[in-house]
Amino acid sequence: MSIAMPTPDGRIIARGPQIVAALRAVLPPDAVIDDPQETRAYECDALTAYRCPPLAVVLPRSTAEVAAAMKVCGDLGVPVVPRGAGTSLAGGALPTADSVILGTMRLRDVLEIDTDNRFIRVQTGVTNLSVSAELEPMGFFYAPDPSSQLACTIAGNIAMNSGGAHCLKYGVTTNNLLGATVVLTSGEVVELGGPELGPMGLDLLGVLCGSEGQLGVVTEATLRILPRPEGARPVLIGFESPEVAGECVANIIRSGVLPVAIEYMDEPCLRAVEAFAKAGYPDCPAVLIVEVEGSRAEIDDQIARIRAIADALNPVEFRESRNADEALAIWKGRKSAFGAMGRLGDYICLDGTVPVGQLPYTLRRIGELSRQHGLEVANVFHAGDGNMHPLILFDANKPGDLARAEAFGFDILRLCVEVGGCLTGEHGVGVEKRDLMGDQYAPDDLAIQMQVKDVFDPGWLLNPAKVFPLDASAAHRNAYRARAAE
Amino acid sequence: MTVVLDLAPATEAELAEIIADCHARRTPLRIAGGGTRIENPLVAETLSLSRLSGVVTYSPGEMTLIARPGTPLPEIQQMLAAEGQALAFEPPDLRAVLGSNGTPTLGGVVAANASGPRRLAAGACRDHLLGVRFVDGRGRVLKNGGRVMKNVTGLDLSKLLAGSHGTLGILTEVVLKTLPLAPARTTLAFPGIDESTALRIFTTALSTPYEVSGAAHVGGTAFLRLEGLDSQLAYRRDRLLALLAELRPQVTDDAPWEAIRDVAHFAGGGPLWRILCKPTDAPGICVKLRAMGGDCSLDWGGGLVWYRGPGNPRAFVPHATLVRRGGAEGPAFPPLAPAVARLNDGLRRSFDPAGILNPGLMDA
Repeated sequence: MSIAMPTPDGRIIARGPQIVAALRAVLPPDAVIDDPQETRAYECDALTAYRCPPLAVVLPRSTAEVAAAMKVCGDLGVPVVPRGAGTSLAGGALPTADSVILGTMRLRDVLEIDTDNRFIRVQTGVTNLSVSAELEPMGFFYAPDPSSQLACTIAGNIAMNSGGAHCLKYGVTTNNLLGATVVLTSGEVVELGGPELGPMGLDLLGVLCGSEGQLGVVTEATLRILPRPEGARPVLIGFESPEVAGECVANIIRSGVLPVAIEYMDEPCLRAVEAFAKAGYPDCPAVLIVEVEGSRAEIDDQIARIRAIADALNPVEFRESRNADEALAIWKGRKSAFGAMGRLGDYICLDGTVPVGQLPYTLRRIGELSRQHGLEVANVFHAGDGNMHPLILFDANKPGDLARAEAFGFDILRLCVEVGGCLTGEHGVGVEKRDLMGDQYAPDDLAIQMQVKDVFDPGWLLNPAKVFPLDASAAHRNAYRARAAE
Repeated sequence: MTVVLDLAPATEAELAEIIADCHARRTPLRIAGGGTRIENPLVAETLSLSRLSGVVTYSPGEMTLIARPGTPLPEIQQMLAAEGQALAFEPPDLRAVLGSNGTPTLGGVVAANASGPRRLAAGACRDHLLGVRFVDGRGRVLKNGGRVMKNVTGLDLSKLLAGSHGTLGILTEVVLKTLPLAPARTTLAFPGIDESTALRIFTTALSTPYEVSGAAHVGGTAFLRLEGLDSQLAYRRDRLLALLAELRPQVTDDAPWEAIRDVAHFAGGGPLWRILCKPTDAPGICVKLRAMGGDCSLDWGGGLVWYRGPGNPRAFVPHATLVRRGGAEGPAFPPLAPAVARLNDGLRRSFDPAGILNPGLMDA
């Protein structure tokens, strides 16, 4: 356990029964959970190495209930950790013993679908996939598609500014979010944006999106929707080396063809995937899956262009899908990559992003670091935007292995920053990358971000020990405690 | 109006020094890029960014541009075009509209979050802004974001800076995503129709997967723009022609998209308003605007209404900005809900505690 959380505030824990009673006074009976048997279900998210049951869990069903719960916590000075579906890979929803988990999963209503104005308004506990499912009969869809889309909620997507395989063409959450109903720690409800294409005043929605539950809890969202493409078809291209695959990515991007996705898998990943999913991938050091959209003729034309670009680089294989089954077969391995890796053992999944031109160098350096740390790493990621997903394999039952894996991961993330990239492309900082923020940002750069939090959440009650290194945030967090103690 | 170049730092460090000094003395500043944007009524020393100019890095293969704020927009556009790329959000040149004679700069575009007709399909300037360097109101040199396409490392202050009209900080470097220019484009024109018919056209076209990249209505003609590969264009054009046949569309390859982008039809004098609304509300809003005695046009599929004329549109549509005063009284920016206004004010105080950066410019 190399990532520290602040010592829980014993005074808050001691007041646990009063806090729960105050929450029960404003919420329906089944919306407040304090039975330790049940709160244990909320002790971690998908970063399972770190766990801590919260003081209590509240599961409101409306903006008004969220506001009531927030006001109680705000008035009593209790930290609030917002939680969507708990799929965060960065510990974004990790509780502390003195905190209340505020879950958005019961905010389940679709409020409005307006295809003429191209938006959908939902409560934020709906899952990402269900938004597109709602829209399907109308011929529309919601573009961001994180891998966890079956489970993850819009609330979590907004908090983490989630991306997905198709964001090369359609952008990430922030590019598809039009408006939000936000509850502040004061209990105040604020409406930001709406169906209009632009903010009134400063772009508060822009800074809210991706703020990891630091600024407010989003209870309703207006999302941009798009007409479904006529069709989509992937091709699979195998290469002799990661470098050549990287060159192919850059050449495709420069050519003017805009694929919806360019996915990359390296040899260790391909081996695991073959053993697990038997997708029939070629046996070679690097594979790209490139997907294009449009009518049949448009797809043929784009694939011909991609083939010409790839052929110039002597691929080992260029596999086209001629029908839906073949298309599924091409995606099958990629979609099962994380499951396949899981069978090999425990893994840490990173998501540093690098400039596309730095991909070959970065991959080579990761290989070197892998030998140095004595841990295997597999690479599977969104190559079109340089968003890497190195998976570091380790054995959780072997003493010291997790710490070694984390140290290796930190080295990879520092490498990403060094080549001009960043620590996280779509998973968020959470607790996982919190202590590396100083590698990406100078003290003043972090200070101004924390001053933004001061404005939205002056008490530093929302997710207070995340994103910012603890020593950097201590003054902000303690200022309120000191005022409250007076 | 004569702009006296009181202060014109040549480096970020010089700029930081000037700001730190003004912060200490509480001396307000007017921030000027190329002097082509929203009229600033503030009487104060002018800080010109014209010398903070030049491209730092342009990597076509990585689709990123890093440049200083005073870099003239035409210079950037030529450099990108030579590589077959562009700023996809299609920044407008509002000189004719604003009656100014400076040169539009990249910093001005970002500070105003200025976006043209393609905003509909490609997003606004802020959607293409990957990172910034800036000097805040204390004189601190700060950075946020970076130069990669996906980045959720910390709070996204770039979005906050875009469209803040220099009231939060002074940009010293912006990183923008560049995109390949579509190899071909064509336009369907629908002459002699009113706004409600135009809206019907927009709604129909924008419900198709044909990626319409411009949907405007100017002077009684509606325009739909298609951009893409040759094979795509012919197919999409024919499908749209079939869908909208009853409205007798004409295909044209020289539609006035630049003029639409620059709102050239409302160049000259008189108050000019920029109104954002739900597209389906646009025809009704236009009826009310005309009743006040002026003229209007539509862009962004009806989501953007331009109005030139007398009266105050805020009487019936809240999201209205007075882009050109033209003799009209009152604040240029629309009033905000109290809670939102408090957050805006709080952020301004955080970024600029002495209130020296374009103070009052965005006040409602």
